[in-house]
Amino acid sequence: VHRNLDPTLHPFEKAKEYTRALNAAKLERVFAKPFLASFTHDDGITCLARNPRRLNSLLSGSADGDVRLWDVPARRCLRRLVGHTGQIKGIGVTPDGEACVTCSTDCTVKLWKVPFAPFDGGPIQEDQEPVLEFSGKHAFRAIDHHWDRPQFATAGAAVEIWDHERSEPVHSFSWGADTITSVRFNPAEPDVFATTGSDRGIALYDLRSNTPIRKLTKTNAIAWNPMEAFNFTAANEDCNLYTYDMRRLASASCVHQDFVSAVMDVDYSPTGREFVAGSYDRSVRIFSFNGGHSRDVYHTKRMQRVFAVRFSGDGTYVFSGSDDMNVRVWKANASEQLGTLLPRERKRQQYNAALVERHKHLPEVARIVRHRHLPAPIYKAAKLRRTQIDSERRKTQNRIAHSAPGSVQLKPARKKKVVAELE
Amino acid sequence: MEDGREGQPPPGRKRKGPEAAIAAKYRRGPEVATRRIEDKKLKGKLRYTERLVADAQQAAAKVEEWLLPAEAGELEAEGMERTWRFSQADIVQAVEAGAARKAFDLQLPALGPYSLSFTRSGRHMLLAGRKGHLALMDWQRHRLVCEVQVKETTHDACFLHNEQFFAAAQKRYTYIYDKRGLEVHCLEQDTTEATRLEFLPHHFLLGSIGSTGVLRYQDTSTGRIVATHRTKQGPCDVMRQNPWNAVLCLGHGNGTVTMWTPNITTPVVRMLCHHGPVRSLAVDNQGRHMVTTGADGQASGRGGRGAGCSSGSLVYVKVWDMRTFQPLHAYYSPSPAEWCDISQRGMLAVGYGRRIQVWKDALTSKQQSPYMTHRLAGGTLRNFRFVPYEDVLGIGHSGGVSTMLVPGAGEPNFDSFVANPYQTDKQRKEAEVHMLLDKLQPEMITLDPSSVTQVAREPREVQKAKQAEAEAANRARQAEQRAKNEEKTKMKGKNKPSRRQGKKQANIIEERKPAIKARMREQGVAAEHGHKRERQEQKVPDGVPRALHRFFKQ
Repeated sequence: VHRNLDPTLHPFEKAKEYTRALNAAKLERVFAKPFLASFTHDDGITCLARNPRRLNSLLSGSADGDVRLWDVPARRCLRRLVGHTGQIKGIGVTPDGEACVTCSTDCTVKLWKVPFAPFDGGPIQEDQEPVLEFSGKHAFRAIDHHWDRPQFATAGAAVEIWDHERSEPVHSFSWGADTITSVRFNPAEPDVFATTGSDRGIALYDLRSNTPIRKLTKTNAIAWNPMEAFNFTAANEDCNLYTYDMRRLASASCVHQDFVSAVMDVDYSPTGREFVAGSYDRSVRIFSFNGGHSRDVYHTKRMQRVFAVRFSGDGTYVFSGSDDMNVRVWKANASEQLGTLLPRERKRQQYNAALVERHKHLPEVARIVRHRHLPAPIYKAAKLRRTQIDSERRKTQNRIAHSAPGSVQLKPARKKKVVAELE
Repeated sequence: MEDGREGQPPPGRKRKGPEAAIAAKYRRGPEVATRRIEDKKLKGKLRYTERLVADAQQAAAKVEEWLLPAEAGELEAEGMERTWRFSQADIVQAVEAGAARKAFDLQLPALGPYSLSFTRSGRHMLLAGRKGHLALMDWQRHRLVCEVQVKETTHDACFLHNEQFFAAAQKRYTYIYDKRGLEVHCLEQDTTEATRLEFLPHHFLLGSIGSTGVLRYQDTSTGRIVATHRTKQGPCDVMRQNPWNAVLCLGHGNGTVTMWTPNITTPVVRMLCHHGPVRSLAVDNQGRHMVTTGADGQASGRGGRGAGCSSGSLVYVKVWDMRTFQPLHAYYSPSPAEWCDISQRGMLAVGYGRRIQVWKDALTSKQQSPYMTHRLAGGTLRNFRFVPYEDVLGIGHSGGVSTMLVPGAGEPNFDSFVANPYQTDKQRKEAEVHMLLDKLQPEMITLDPSSVTQVAREPREVQKAKQAEAEAANRARQAEQRAKNEEKTKMKGKNKPSRRQGKKQANIIEERKPAIKARMREQGVAAEHGHKRERQEQKVPDGVPRALHRFFKQ
């Protein structure tokens, strides 16, 4: 290969670069095929959990009390954990990755041994028995295992902290008369955890002080940012997600919009730079940690209401569990080529990515990069929502324009959701 | 002092060396001033980009200084010698065997003056004889690839994107042939007789102009006719492309040179170059200079003209600056130069009759004498072209084809990704796919090619307002047209020939007629053809009620 880099031999540099950027954007859309595999249950999936020590295993719980352990690369079920009689409401995995705890509406929490996936294919072993069983006084709604200690927290009528060696809860918190619907430990502070309740509250608890710290608005799930442990994202019933800084709960640091129905679950990538959320409107979206709109949307005709989402341990895959009894595995970057790339392939993909990055503000390229196909119901609902928001905004502007200056106060979107902060 | 950095200059100081002078060539624009930028993230990004650009410049300069395999040749004259006195025979004897093989003569006196064309890599040559002889040959290896007798007048031929296809402008239509000589397409929509063809390689556009003066652009990859422009300047047979911005330059009979893009129906530039018809034109590959030749007018007959003015007309070879469209200098020529061409390294070749002159550095400054001269033994000149990446000038004349060695004319180092003369089949196929992927859209052809990704100076509101205005005007025009089409003409059914004739007759005013009519009225005589019979008003007696008046009228 002979090269002569003299610019006179290479005319139309900018035009060629623009053409290549356009082609790169189009190719990215051509290769955007994120769906990889689906795993079936016998009833709708209610919760998912990933093993912090193993990249290849995933636990999913369904509404008929079935918990399954999946070997994701081999796409097979390794274990069926049989024992619960009610809906599985939550799964937590111990920090060493050897055991998991599951809670259910039959008022029990069971601890199981979780084997790691062998390399050779083997038969599904049924009926693995629990190792330990904890009984409670009420149906459990959520569970989260601590990332360091042999303790886990359950949520139901009250928040209870359990230890592996005790059959009774070690701590119990209750505040207000309503149910607590989810609980999550802070990934950096060992004593802090957050809960969401059906009384429109997010409460931050500190184990050492025995009382909640703050309280906020109605959410379905929250997820802590693993890299910035003071930030958490709350999946709200009003189709948005709100990212809050734990230290400044008065206003959200970011509002993430794009869903058209209630957001059911949210989970962060281990990089802390993006998170995945699943919604009642049958779609899964991936957002950047500080992005107001989603980077990508995944949907299928067969996927119904999404109740649980998880990011994989290496940030490459996204798992979604939905009402249609399937756990689906998706790529986190839809047009990514998985596996080992040849140096030439890698360089070409880097070049294409750099081209799109440089030209992404130009209208033709932006149109292609932004384009995603949406199912008709979601598209129409989004359009309707858009008209409603625009109309609301127009009316507020008119009110402000025709009133005495300063008499009509505009509440910013980040502060709107916070009804009250209570100590 | 850190150990690792002892031998190197401290960072921040500009590295001098032989590369520093060359590095300026690789700078694609002025440096961005990052000091004044307030936004820290933007500032950091721009500083990083500027550092990358500087590193790339240095690397490219190093490659040029140390890694290029070949150097340009030159003809040097020592002492009293002059370079234009060296004949081709001397030069061929003096060079090595490989180069000597490149100078040859093909004697083809039967089938008319030949016009030549070369591929972008310079490996293949296309001959088109006026009487219909088309031949494709690998001229360096003296190998004929294909030969076709089309038995029709062929005005011009040119290669398409590589040696696999070529187009020939024949008597009625333009045809596209395969490298095996098979006719692949007949471009029938072209109703003009094309006299010149020009292929724009980066856009895959075939431009043709002919005796009707209609300039046509056709995309040869999709077959779509991109634009048809009526030049309204009459027949034209002088057309060259500007390789820097892919604009087609036409030379007309009234001495003007017009420049066209497929996007605008009027010429983007119109220059008056000569006082007589433009005979030929050429543009250098950086798009900086244009050379036009034409007869400029009659000599006034006053003394001191010089020996070569026997025909009595002034003939100039003019050099123009293409960035400002101003004349730079002009060379006086004894007779109208029929053809001119500029090589990759800026050598100008001008030819008339049987003589060809090659001038070195004649574009930037006015030279006093040519670099080389040549006299054709085979016939009178038809056209010639410099071969890319070779120091050879290929000449088509009435007796066949010959080549002439011109040391220092071609670019010595080719780039495999642009044009590779030693291309294998696999490389050719890959290159074809890449060329098609990188094909530029015809909308991107502008006078300034770097305007493609520049910031639009108008604010968005102004742009939107303009767009809205244009749309409103368009809609109004369309509504008008629709109304015009739909309205029923008042004369529908009434424009019979008899009626028209009658009107004509009625309009004839004869001199006598008014006098006759007056006399007849006096006398009470009714008109002969009686359209209107004058009613004789009977006197109505008094006392009769008005309702009964009708019984008294006739």
